[in-house]
Amino acid sequence: MLCNISSLRFEKREDVSTTMILLVPILSVFCGLLFAGLFIALTGKNPVDVYMLMFEGAFGSQYGISETIVKAIPLILCSLAVALAFRMQLWNIGAEGQLYMGAFGATWAALSFPEWPASQLLPFMVIMGALMGGLWGLLPAIPRAYFKVNETITTLLMNYIAILWVDYFVYGPWKDPKGLGFPITAPFSSGAILPSFGITRIHWGIIFAIVAVVILYIIQNYTKWGFEIRVSGESAAAAKYAGMNYTRNILLVMFISGSLAGIAGMTEVSGITQRLQHGISPGYGYSAIIIAWLARLHPVVIVFVSVIFGGLLVGGFSIQTSGFPAATVAMLQGAILFFVVGGEIFTQYRIRLDRKGRSL
Amino acid sequence: MSSMPMVEMVSITKRFPGVIANDSVSIKVNTGEIHALLGENGAGKSTLMSILTGLYRPDEGEIYLRGLKTELSSPKDAANKGIGMVHQHFKLVKSFTVAENIMLGLKGEGMIIDRTSIEKRIREFCQQYGMAVDPAAKIWQLTVGEQQRVEIIKALFRGAEILILDEPTAVLTPQEAKDLYKTLRIMTRQGKAVIVISHKLSEVLEGTDTVTVLRGGKSVGTVKTELADEQELSRMMVGRHIAVSRDKCLIEKGKQILKLQGISCLNNRGQLAVQGISLDIHAGEILGIAGVAGNGQSELAEVIAGLRSVEEGTKYIDGVNHTQSTIRALVDAGVSYIPEDRMGTGLVPSLNAVDNYVLKSYKKHGWLMDWSRVKTQTQEVVERFSIKLASIASPVKMMSGGNLQKLLLAREIMADPRLIVAVYPMRGLDVGAMEAVRKLLLAQRDAGKAVLLISEELEELFALSDRIAVLHRGEIMGIVDSCTATAEEVGMMMAGKRMLEKDAM
Repeated sequence: MLCNISSLRFEKREDVSTTMILLVPILSVFCGLLFAGLFIALTGKNPVDVYMLMFEGAFGSQYGISETIVKAIPLILCSLAVALAFRMQLWNIGAEGQLYMGAFGATWAALSFPEWPASQLLPFMVIMGALMGGLWGLLPAIPRAYFKVNETITTLLMNYIAILWVDYFVYGPWKDPKGLGFPITAPFSSGAILPSFGITRIHWGIIFAIVAVVILYIIQNYTKWGFEIRVSGESAAAAKYAGMNYTRNILLVMFISGSLAGIAGMTEVSGITQRLQHGISPGYGYSAIIIAWLARLHPVVIVFVSVIFGGLLVGGFSIQTSGFPAATVAMLQGAILFFVVGGEIFTQYRIRLDRKGRSL
Repeated sequence: MSSMPMVEMVSITKRFPGVIANDSVSIKVNTGEIHALLGENGAGKSTLMSILTGLYRPDEGEIYLRGLKTELSSPKDAANKGIGMVHQHFKLVKSFTVAENIMLGLKGEGMIIDRTSIEKRIREFCQQYGMAVDPAAKIWQLTVGEQQRVEIIKALFRGAEILILDEPTAVLTPQEAKDLYKTLRIMTRQGKAVIVISHKLSEVLEGTDTVTVLRGGKSVGTVKTELADEQELSRMMVGRHIAVSRDKCLIEKGKQILKLQGISCLNNRGQLAVQGISLDIHAGEILGIAGVAGNGQSELAEVIAGLRSVEEGTKYIDGVNHTQSTIRALVDAGVSYIPEDRMGTGLVPSLNAVDNYVLKSYKKHGWLMDWSRVKTQTQEVVERFSIKLASIASPVKMMSGGNLQKLLLAREIMADPRLIVAVYPMRGLDVGAMEAVRKLLLAQRDAGKAVLLISEELEELFALSDRIAVLHRGEIMGIVDSCTATAEEVGMMMAGKRMLEKDAM
């Protein structure tokens, strides 16, 4: 309620300026780095040195850059996945689980038909990855569409199911007998491995990611379906009023969102680990949420932000040698997300200092 | 009773941008009195009571409590001065118990809540006022009527001497309504004053002592209830003089466009909102729907537009059975719907004029959006309908109400519909914009479209419609020719009097 003494008030901005849209995420990242820097300083290290070291590790060498891009591939795919859902205001927090299920689907294909040539097996693995990821996205979409069950919670919880599901297989039926007891499947046959470029680990997944960026960009901006998603996200009532099939679009968007994350899972097992194993993702699906938000759901911007976040991961590994745990990166990401979400308030609202408690 | 009135509001004026919500309104409420504030929606009842509860400050005028001039600076201040309000939408925490809700925000109870003593006090309170509520029950377990009682107890517990109830019987069953008035009567006998905001004539006549009628922001008069009758009140409410300025009275009916047969539907709470409605609209005709808001008008419009499912009955559009059609199919069949909720349903506030212009027609031609063509079309329409906006690329929420409505109408008209369903199309618009909307609707009728116009303003209905159907509690009380009918006749039907079967539909 209102009171008589002067009070702080948030007032919704009439128009969000482009400068604010650009400035706020950049400032948020900066504040995140500053904040995390405090903790680094507490360990007795100079945060600037640590950040320089990270930057060098990620972008300072050909190897660093290639590894950064390797990390960016699943990040791009997962970020596109959540961005598509976010655009319809479907809070898909489940890209991580969808990635795992995609990896599971692709692995099933690879292990079941090892004798197939790459020209058949790889497309089949992509399809299975997309299908499993898509189904994992569709599952929470059904109660969301028909009973308004909050998808934020269901998608989040289903991540744990997916991760444990994969664990069951790598610790159980699919465990490689020659794997010295490690939770890994047998290595894939050569037909199940995505080719990579030169001596780097950059694999064909990058092509999938770029194609997905282009397709989603076109969908969002030039197709009628993209228009429906945009309207549905802004106002469900208006979408229904305009005769759009809101319920079907929830299902479709969540399925496609899950498929994209599923493809990320496929590229990870097929291009990087070349087998399914415990913990195939260091949280790509969660980082994707931050990336999508920072990129304001723009497919092309997602590519750049994903590369930065890929660099953050690679840089994080490189500072481990100087005595920092890799979890430093998780802390950095958390700090950035914190400021991004906080900064969002400043793009949407302005702060007013009120002298008198007067309404309207 | 004492000569000093409990509340006196003198010459209250409150202006909002473009409207005068209260124009020098005075009202006097005595101790021990149930005072009805009667008027149609938009008459200024809620604004006046918002001033009394400290939500708004009057631009002019004075408020006296027990003869003392008072400034009400905030709702908290008003509550401290003994003014309690029971809103139409209850402000209760569903997962809390009755006692907890009553305790919320109550001062002087300290940190530790003594549940048993509070529950005991509430029980005593209930007994005193003849209300039955279990203080330990959770709010979600209670019926709407019981929840309302909790709101009343909450207000009394905070020391309310003046209790304001906003449309208290709107959500109640007839029996609950009766019980409510019994309780209110006990309260007034104990020296409290009650103000009931209402637009239900029968309820006001049965339950209250004094009636003040508001119309168009002005006070029409105050009468003793025992000296008033339904006819007089309805005349005061809708206005004595309705200038029927019609361009033509005899129209040549075109072919039947909409036909409803025995249509029933539910409201959002799952109760019957519209019951066995049969009507038809022909090409080149405007059928007005009169009625006090909340009598099934919005639901009827939604049923026609396909946004609400038909429970019973059949719906034909241009002779084709469209009872079960989807919204899209109805749009394609030429049904245009101008919803009550412009921002959020009819238009998407955060999207720009171009997006909003293609909101319904985007489906045509292929799967890609032809933005350049749509932009040109929007620009043309903006000029043709003289819609004022900063740019067709900025969000429509920046536009004024009148221009928004023009954009919405332009979109609907450009789609060349057969039937236009317009719900309160002039609500909240300034005079200029109202005139523009009026002209657009008449032009559509002249162009041979069938128009269903839902409005609360009788004047508007008489001026625009060819026939007027009156809705009361979801049923049609009668359909009259607007050239021969009188405002009194329609007013009586709005209050629930069924038309004699003398005129055929």
